[in-house]
Amino acid sequence: MSSEHPSRRRRSSGHTALTAHGEPWVWLTAAALVTAIAMIVGLLGFIALRGVATFWPVPLELVRLADGRSVLAEVTQREAAAPTSGSAAGHPARRLVRTGDFDSTGRHYEWIDDPAIAEVSRPEWATVVERLDTGRLHGIPRRMLHGAVTVAEGPAGVWHAFRREHPAARNRHRTIAGIDKHERGALQRQLRAARLAVVQAGLDAGPGSPAQAAAEARERSVVEAVAREEKALDERTAELAAQNAGWSVEFDTAAGGTMAVPLDAIVRAWQPNRLSLLGNVGVYLSRWGEFLADDPREANSAGGVFPAIWGTVAMTLIMALFVAPFGVLAALYLREYAGRGPVTTAVRVAINNLAGVPSIVYGAFGLGFFCYVVGAGIDSVFFKASLVADGQPTFGTGGLLWASLTLALLTLPVVIVATEEALSAVPNSMREGSYACGAGKWQTIRRIVLPRALPGIMTGLILAMARGAGEVAPLMLVGVKKLAVELPVDGTFPFVHPEREFMHLAYLIYDVGFQSPNSQAARPMVFTITFLLVAIIALLNVAAIWIRARLRRRFVTQQF
Amino acid sequence: MITAPVAWNDVAPETNTMAQTVDPQPQDAPADRLLAVAAGREVEAEVHESVFRESPVVEVDRFNLWYGAKQALHRITMPVPLNKVTALVGPSGCGKSTLLRSVNRLNDLVQTVRVTGDMRLNGDSIYDPRMDVIELRKRMGMVFQKPNPFPMSIYENVVYSLRIDGERNRAVLDEVCETSLRGSALWDEVKDRLHESALGLSGGQQQRLCIARAIAAEPEVLLLDEPCSALDPIATGKIEDLIQELRGRYSVLIVTHNMQQASRTSDYTAFMYLGRLIEYGATPDIFTKPVLRETEAYVTGRFG
Repeated sequence: MSSEHPSRRRRSSGHTALTAHGEPWVWLTAAALVTAIAMIVGLLGFIALRGVATFWPVPLELVRLADGRSVLAEVTQREAAAPTSGSAAGHPARRLVRTGDFDSTGRHYEWIDDPAIAEVSRPEWATVVERLDTGRLHGIPRRMLHGAVTVAEGPAGVWHAFRREHPAARNRHRTIAGIDKHERGALQRQLRAARLAVVQAGLDAGPGSPAQAAAEARERSVVEAVAREEKALDERTAELAAQNAGWSVEFDTAAGGTMAVPLDAIVRAWQPNRLSLLGNVGVYLSRWGEFLADDPREANSAGGVFPAIWGTVAMTLIMALFVAPFGVLAALYLREYAGRGPVTTAVRVAINNLAGVPSIVYGAFGLGFFCYVVGAGIDSVFFKASLVADGQPTFGTGGLLWASLTLALLTLPVVIVATEEALSAVPNSMREGSYACGAGKWQTIRRIVLPRALPGIMTGLILAMARGAGEVAPLMLVGVKKLAVELPVDGTFPFVHPEREFMHLAYLIYDVGFQSPNSQAARPMVFTITFLLVAIIALLNVAAIWIRARLRRRFVTQQF
Repeated sequence: MITAPVAWNDVAPETNTMAQTVDPQPQDAPADRLLAVAAGREVEAEVHESVFRESPVVEVDRFNLWYGAKQALHRITMPVPLNKVTALVGPSGCGKSTLLRSVNRLNDLVQTVRVTGDMRLNGDSIYDPRMDVIELRKRMGMVFQKPNPFPMSIYENVVYSLRIDGERNRAVLDEVCETSLRGSALWDEVKDRLHESALGLSGGQQQRLCIARAIAAEPEVLLLDEPCSALDPIATGKIEDLIQELRGRYSVLIVTHNMQQASRTSDYTAFMYLGRLIEYGATPDIFTKPVLRETEAYVTGRFG
């Protein structure tokens, strides 16, 4: 549209309206946001879906193949046919099944081509048996034995008898395991303490001194007492084991044989083809319960991850405990006290750069400084006996404390930068108001500036915790272990053992997924552990955000 | 930071030397005063006789102040009368606020500030190097342009100066809180929500809260730095009424841009221009029969 009279009025046109309102920019920015949201939701959704589904019972299918072989298995994945193209060999439509006889085939998963299948059925009594070791067993109950006596026969009878006898047998087994882990562990620690006392006496007073002789006498009495207690424990466990002995369940496997499983070696059994919805939920929750509360079994690929959850949470909280005061104080000095000049600027630049240092560098530093310098120093002063007796460092190796300190260093720049931002956001008029009331600098900081900046400081801490909780690389150098069932907190003096190695969910993901001898079987666990890690970090963050929201409400700012 | 707050005697000769180098001008030619000031020449302040009949609470004594190399206050000498309201007026940038902030040494917080000359609070030298600036500020109260309540409850805001002195006696705190809030005419509005956040008050209420906070410690002088400039006319009216009530009980030094406010609320008015005191006298005299034509021009709105 063009104006016809030759005036200097500004012309109106459809195009200018478009560029003036910037319609395309709105769409562009919206698209960027949508992409970001889609990526986050997709990532979390995928992890959650895979992680949550792991424990849901899947029907067992009896697949009879054309060559006469039979497989009783869960179908986990189907693939459409792929034609041969060039050098890549094609395959017909096929399905990936999870089989239950690792003992005989040495495999957990198998591809079955659809054309090779003669018949598929879902036997009513098909049972999934989770065993303590060698993975699961898929079969149909045949007999229940107690010694040479057949207690029950036929799937229904055996199942009924199993439901009756299994909980007690399992409880007895758990009791034995508990005695082994806790009580025998405590006795071993007593022995070790007595032996270390002898070595210590030798170091303090010289070998052959009266003090060492006394310590040796004490050790002898401890050894005797421990032996007595061991004997009592042996009797208790033997009694329990005897009650469990002889009980076993025989299963028909799809391959045509039978397989007997001791009753107390069965963790859990369920019959997916018979389960109602409620039954499914029951199995599902029971498996989640074990996952969250138990120690791992079978090279971490089964059982629970409780020690790893504990380690992750403890490490993150201890890290926050170290980094929060440290970072806040450093930022306070930098912002409130330090004069403005080239030195301050240089320090600020250095802190910002520290945030970009690869985390493995911190790991190497933690190992080299905390473990080998500080830890070794502590050992040579306080734990020399242990070092001399069996060459075993106490603090001189990776542990929960050193890992937390390393991560605290790693996240320090984040906290300092965020705190500085928060402090500089406190209006100067408030500081002046406080000074005008006769408050000193520290009084002003403590009563006015810090409370006002607290929500911002919390934000920094949340970011730091989120980053720290998900870090793996440095932890591998400073204390995370594949398996560390002994928690850093227990009943033996001094109850807290920050020098102990620990497990961590993020490292567990790597370990279970790629380092486990049967990582294939553990693949679903990888997603579950990932989901759990994300959930725990989210939980920690939500807690921190909740605290921040409470603080914000107290110091609500109002414009006028 | 101020490197060396120097006693007056040390700098007197220097300042006198400066005064002597000034180009001698006919000082009785009022029309040229402002031009002379703008040209950087020394101009004698016209201080009325009435000011000296009052007993002073603060005495400003040949006070000079520099921001870096730029001089912001030139040889200000003026007494601030006890238990009277004294208004500082003048166009923007004339140094009113700087002078006010020099009284409680808030300018110490600005790194580049340097001063010579002195002020005395009830006879005590403010810029004495031995003066503890924190103890000094406890003897004064200050209210700023924008209300700046602290991020805490109304109650804690009022008793803040007692809190930092470590006062824990609940009865004392309660009494001071009520007295101060009544003193600032805010008590009836907030007595039921003393423990709610002060940031939830309206702007006018916040400013009266700041006044309550300033008078809680029984200050020897109350410094008001354009206390109404961020408020609407109704809130301004309330603050002005409040200043009327404070008159006689407190010595108030108020900076204002508003001529009506100065004429309504103050007993004495000082007119400043480009860092110099031009005329200082009783408010009725300044507004109705000023000695200088420039003052008349300014207060009647013909310039500035």
